[in-house]
Amino acid sequence: MSHATLEKPSVSLPHTPASAKDFKGRVEPDWCPGCGDFGVLNALQRACFELGLQPHQLLVVSGIGCSSNLPGYMNAYGMHTLHGRSLPVATGAKLANHQLTVIATGGDGDGYGIGGNHLAHTARRNIDITYIVMDNQVYGLTTGQISPTSRLDMKTKSTPQGNLEWPINPLTASIMNGATYVARGFSGDPKHLTELMKGAVRHRGFALIDVFSPCVTFNNDNDYPFFKQRVKKLEDVGHDPSDWKSACERAMEWGDTIYTGLFFRTERPSLDGSEPILQNAPPLARRPLGLTAQQGESLLARMM
Amino acid sequence: MSTRPLAKTLDLTIAIGGAAGQGIATPGNILAKIFARRGLHLYSYNAHQSIIRGGHILLMLRVGETEVLSHGDRLDLLLCLNQDTMDRHLGLLGEGGRVLFNSDDVEPGEPNPGVHLCPMPVKQLTGDTKNKVIQNTLSLGVMMSLLGADFSLLADALSQSLGKKGPAVVDENVGVARAGFDYAASSFEPFPQPLPKGDRPVAVWAGNDAIALGGAAAGVRFYAAYPMSPASGVLHWMAQNGRSLGIMVRQVEDEIGVANMTIGAAHMGVRAMCATSGGGFALMTEAVGSAAMMEIPVVFINVMRAGPSTGVPTKTEQGDLRQVLGASQGDFERFIVAPRNALDAFNTVPELFNLAERAQCPGILLSDLLISEGTFSVDPRAVNLQPAIDRGALVQDPSPNGDYHRYADTKTGISPRVLPGTEGYVHVVATDEHDEAGVLISDEFTNPFKRRQMVEKRARKFETVARDVAPPTLEGPLKADVTLVGFGSTYGVIKEAIARLAEQDVDANQLAIKWIVPFHAAAVTKALAKARCIVIVENNYSGQFAQYLRGETGITAHAHIRKYDGEPLTPRHIVDGVLDILHQETAVYVPTQEIFV
Repeated sequence: MSHATLEKPSVSLPHTPASAKDFKGRVEPDWCPGCGDFGVLNALQRACFELGLQPHQLLVVSGIGCSSNLPGYMNAYGMHTLHGRSLPVATGAKLANHQLTVIATGGDGDGYGIGGNHLAHTARRNIDITYIVMDNQVYGLTTGQISPTSRLDMKTKSTPQGNLEWPINPLTASIMNGATYVARGFSGDPKHLTELMKGAVRHRGFALIDVFSPCVTFNNDNDYPFFKQRVKKLEDVGHDPSDWKSACERAMEWGDTIYTGLFFRTERPSLDGSEPILQNAPPLARRPLGLTAQQGESLLARMM
Repeated sequence: MSTRPLAKTLDLTIAIGGAAGQGIATPGNILAKIFARRGLHLYSYNAHQSIIRGGHILLMLRVGETEVLSHGDRLDLLLCLNQDTMDRHLGLLGEGGRVLFNSDDVEPGEPNPGVHLCPMPVKQLTGDTKNKVIQNTLSLGVMMSLLGADFSLLADALSQSLGKKGPAVVDENVGVARAGFDYAASSFEPFPQPLPKGDRPVAVWAGNDAIALGGAAAGVRFYAAYPMSPASGVLHWMAQNGRSLGIMVRQVEDEIGVANMTIGAAHMGVRAMCATSGGGFALMTEAVGSAAMMEIPVVFINVMRAGPSTGVPTKTEQGDLRQVLGASQGDFERFIVAPRNALDAFNTVPELFNLAERAQCPGILLSDLLISEGTFSVDPRAVNLQPAIDRGALVQDPSPNGDYHRYADTKTGISPRVLPGTEGYVHVVATDEHDEAGVLISDEFTNPFKRRQMVEKRARKFETVARDVAPPTLEGPLKADVTLVGFGSTYGVIKEAIARLAEQDVDANQLAIKWIVPFHAAAVTKALAKARCIVIVENNYSGQFAQYLRGETGITAHAHIRKYDGEPLTPRHIVDGVLDILHQETAVYVPTQEIFV
């Protein structure tokens, strides 16, 4: 892995971004050359530009891992949190300032392993957050161990005799848990990925995009050629994203054909959209602090 | 059982014992309301089990004309809702005590001399009712008579408390209470001193209510929790009041989620708080350090219960001191404070928020079951619901500078914060070590200069703010035979014990520690320099506070009073301990719990 960090002059001056490049952060990524995450970062910067977002209106929250370094490469407000905790942090942030566009990013170990519990509950809450998981089916930053999406029999440093555990299916799991926008992209097809991201950000509710983002250093099984030969866009086979049964069937396919695209989409009130104290009101973070004299008196009277 | 000298002013302890599900809380609450409205002070402690139905509960409510410092160690009036209560606790009443029981079901035991047995023929007095807890109402009527109080006090309280259930329920209860009152008037001898009246009504708060209210007063707009005894009361208060006050209240999947959600909200610029007990706090631990590293002010409440592990969920202990001191890996700054009682906890929450926001770091408030589930009377005049709010250094300049450094290395160490969403100040915060701009340095092969700079910057900002925290002072006579040292909830019981020791010609004073971090080592050393005999009082086995005090000051106490049976210390435990230490040179005195067995 490269350790190069390039300091850039001042960024984030307010102006309407003129191109996707205006979403580039202070430093260049230190991912390995050829890492799938470059494609995801580029697609995200393009999606943000095409959506007309302003850097200061955007919050990118990540956990820990190679892909979780992403917020540092974005020109946007960012939080590089604990391993597995991007979603609760992002949820707290969205509820405290519901006017921000909140995007969580991370890897498969971060999101489906150590943070798996939060993923289930964030999906259930249907909070208006887009979650982009750079899924490389391996732990990269810890130098190559199995992840929750590693295939059966995969040989890694932690499974030299082969993986005995069945991989998680983040798509079917999230559909069952209540996510309202569930998609899969491939970093080798950044155009398609950009469209999925734009759809996810526009969607009012919890959106998961699982992205095949090959690890060129530690996963020789699931590399670019593996995916290039297999991925097929759902859009090309006439899939109806409102049909959850068909979505699950397509998501279960893992063989010569592996589908990408929008598997499932439905409308359901989001948490931030249904929490009464947020409706038609400024963000909590912009409201005055403390109790009014009247609130104080009434509370004290009730507690007498 | 020792007896108190006859008090000049009212000092009376009422206990209600029974099984969970027998409705002990309601008469306890009604009595508390009556006393509080009358301007009398009180403290109540509920010794209970982690059980929803059955088991044994003893609610102790001590009432007095001045501040009640502890639940005491004497029972004056015992209501036995079942045989179990009679069998367990009758022996604890001394001369002048009254014991109420349902003579239809409960066999009285052999009382101590001078104890008045007050059998209530419940069926005869309540008639044909399906109300299973009617004997509680009847007993309240009897108690009013024994206390020499006017029946209207009870009638009013019942009407208010049961009003929602409709006039039929109110009428039935008032009628039954009246029957009890009249029966007692003709059958039992009342206490010699009729119920006095204070100057003005007082408020009645559980410690958890006080913590929650303190949060609301401090401007908390985000509260998250996972239910856990004995901290759930904070969640319940917040859930009850949050929507009308504009406070976001969330119950989260686990305490890891709670802590991280709270941090996410706090970083956006709201004041955010979460409460739990030791087990939950263990799960929050990693997040504590992440708030420190990202420099996000957030308040964690740990309400201690007896551990380790699941421990004794409904019993108290001061066993998490070491846990909060060691919470999260690495070397970092955070405030840790242990308030003395409900009112102190209420006042401490806004103070802790101000400190945490000024120093941009976590603050941990250490409560315990005794404070959080105890009920305190509070003089409303002492309550300031609009305390000073100091948010620390926030960038107010709306003009974008394009070169904002979130972690600017300033003279004070404090780097002005910007609330995300502000135009022109885009930045990234990180749990990895970073430079002034927030750029990660952990991936650089090594950058010892930047690392040292950031470590020192964070330490310096804490020192800058921590200077404003008041050091502890010695309470009581300067020259004393014994100096009692404790932290947090032991304050009141030690204070009461000192007054009792004075009656036995033992001069004692107290050094009560509230701020664990910053710990005022110099002030503590000075305060203890001339102490003849230092006795550390704490509610745990290993002497966690004694070890901490020694570590911070080098002072080794002469002796210790420690209790770790799940029940709180009473004044008598400390008095006996001090006498034993003075006369027997005991090194560690462990009082025996006699009331709740």
